[in-house]
Amino acid sequence: MATVSLKGITKSFGKTEVIHGIDVDIRDGEFIVIVGPSGCGKSTLLRMVAGLETVTSGEVQIGGARVNDREPMDRDIAMVFQNYALYPHMSVYDNMAYGLKIAGTPKAEIAERVAEAATLLQLEDYLKRRPRELSGGQRQRVAMGRAIVRKPSVFLFDEPLSNLDAKLRVQMRLEIKQLQRRLGVTSLYVTHDQVEAMTLADRMIVMNAGRADQIGAPLEVYANPQTEFVAGFIGSPPMNFLPADMAHDAPPGAVKLGIRPEHLTLAQTGTAAKVIYTEALGAETLLHVDLANGTRATVRQDAIAPHPKEGETVHLAWDAGNRIFFDSEGQRC
Amino acid sequence: MPVTDRSRLTFYLLLAPLLLWLVTLIILPHVGMFLVSLREKVGVREYETGFANYAVFFNEPLYWNTFARTAYMSIAATVLTLLIGFPIAYYIAKLTRGRTKTTLFLMCLIPFWVSELVRTFGWMILLRETGVFSNVLQWAGLADAPVEMLYNDAAIMVGLVYTSMLFMVVPLVTTLDSLDDSLIEAGYDLGASGFAILREIVIPHAMPGIVSGCIVVFMLSLGNYLTPILLGGKDSLWFTGLIYSQFITRFNWELGSAFGFLLLGLSSTIVFIGLKLSRQSLGRTMAQ
Repeated sequence: MATVSLKGITKSFGKTEVIHGIDVDIRDGEFIVIVGPSGCGKSTLLRMVAGLETVTSGEVQIGGARVNDREPMDRDIAMVFQNYALYPHMSVYDNMAYGLKIAGTPKAEIAERVAEAATLLQLEDYLKRRPRELSGGQRQRVAMGRAIVRKPSVFLFDEPLSNLDAKLRVQMRLEIKQLQRRLGVTSLYVTHDQVEAMTLADRMIVMNAGRADQIGAPLEVYANPQTEFVAGFIGSPPMNFLPADMAHDAPPGAVKLGIRPEHLTLAQTGTAAKVIYTEALGAETLLHVDLANGTRATVRQDAIAPHPKEGETVHLAWDAGNRIFFDSEGQRC
Repeated sequence: MPVTDRSRLTFYLLLAPLLLWLVTLIILPHVGMFLVSLREKVGVREYETGFANYAVFFNEPLYWNTFARTAYMSIAATVLTLLIGFPIAYYIAKLTRGRTKTTLFLMCLIPFWVSELVRTFGWMILLRETGVFSNVLQWAGLADAPVEMLYNDAAIMVGLVYTSMLFMVVPLVTTLDSLDDSLIEAGYDLGASGFAILREIVIPHAMPGIVSGCIVVFMLSLGNYLTPILLGGKDSLWFTGLIYSQFITRFNWELGSAFGFLLLGLSSTIVFIGLKLSRQSLGRTMAQ
């Protein structure tokens, strides 16, 4: 177990800089999720921590020691790959034992540690099989088992759930979280799925075009997004962005007013809007409405509340305390 | 059942060209050759059936020495081609992308735009006593007389490896292309050295490509006539050369046919042993 520090990390491919300076200190045992849309540099950042990409400038520290020039194997990390990267010609047991075998661990100890990990991951019955004979979820577990048996200081996960179907993803998400709590190993987890980020993270790093737009606890990021990008990316359905002049008390420089769908309510008076369509999801109902100025907004309502029909005109109200203003640069103001 | 009849007819019609090809161009000539090889000449236009032609082969050391030499030279050429071809294929498949990849692949193909004869004459221009290499060595002061580099085993080997390189590189590039980069990265992550990754991850994955490349190169070398004769001269002692001289020079078709069958047996045996040693099946290798 160890702390991980990134100090002014940048990465260039040729002349193109793709990561423009990331600073973060990760505490021992913390679960950090790096989240962002594809191409934002999140995987590249993880691969620099893993030692699979060189660091252009800045410093990666693991357990307080600079590791920029260390080989992956000397960094005391274990990575779980998106496609699991299991060896097709080896059995599940050999896959899990491979790292220990390379390290020259005695056979008896390898057997013990693999058995321990297999019990933890409910893989005891599959140790003799080949990866291709397993289901997606089982392969995922083997990939994690291969990381666990090495007892590393840091786990690195590169979109480990993206190849699973939706139901299994929810289940494995819980398993990963429980496992990490139990083992207490510092973890960095990359995903493009903001629900995964919200549910797994102790703290999350929201990345946008090679920058860390915001670093913080999930609910803190949700409640207080620092940029328009974060506000729109975290939360589903996304935050509504209305013209700032709809509020007479907008701060100077503000061009957009952000408000979450659950903070918009239907009222007798207020801003008029026309219901375009409704989505009844069971527990809640989403109303998609058009304001008089043409802006599309979403209202989240409890399913039990009587909701208007499509084509009807409604009136929207909101609490001034839930508004967030952004300037023309997309920064909070 | 008109529907079944019709589909069965279609099936046989589609199969017909293949069967025609198999029977007329492969099975019939071989049956004919086998019958010829069993004829013993006892007098003018007088023949008996027996294995005398095969006995001649085993009683004449020159014949079976040439036979063995052809086998081990071909195996050596195959191994050399693999050793040179593997890094090239790895580079093309794993370390280059897009345009560079296509260009490098094309460069492997370019020698095959001219006939084997022209390619071999090209090597003769380089290697002969008055050739390019000899002149360069003399000009550089490394040799004070013309150096003859043709007509030895090394020259044959160079020719064979050069001729077969493409047939090794293509299947290797195909199999290595299908090896996911993350498998290699996971190896580094798990602490394996570059050599361990090559031995335990890359080579097991590339095995079908290695075996199919080796089979093709071995058979091409074993059955090659032009390269050994031109680059090896009269000392080349290649088994195909013996078959040629039985058929054409000595007009002894009976012995020539027997030699042909021995060569067929040899290549089948060695390919079979190779498949067994590498634990690959012919079906899996050919599907590659």
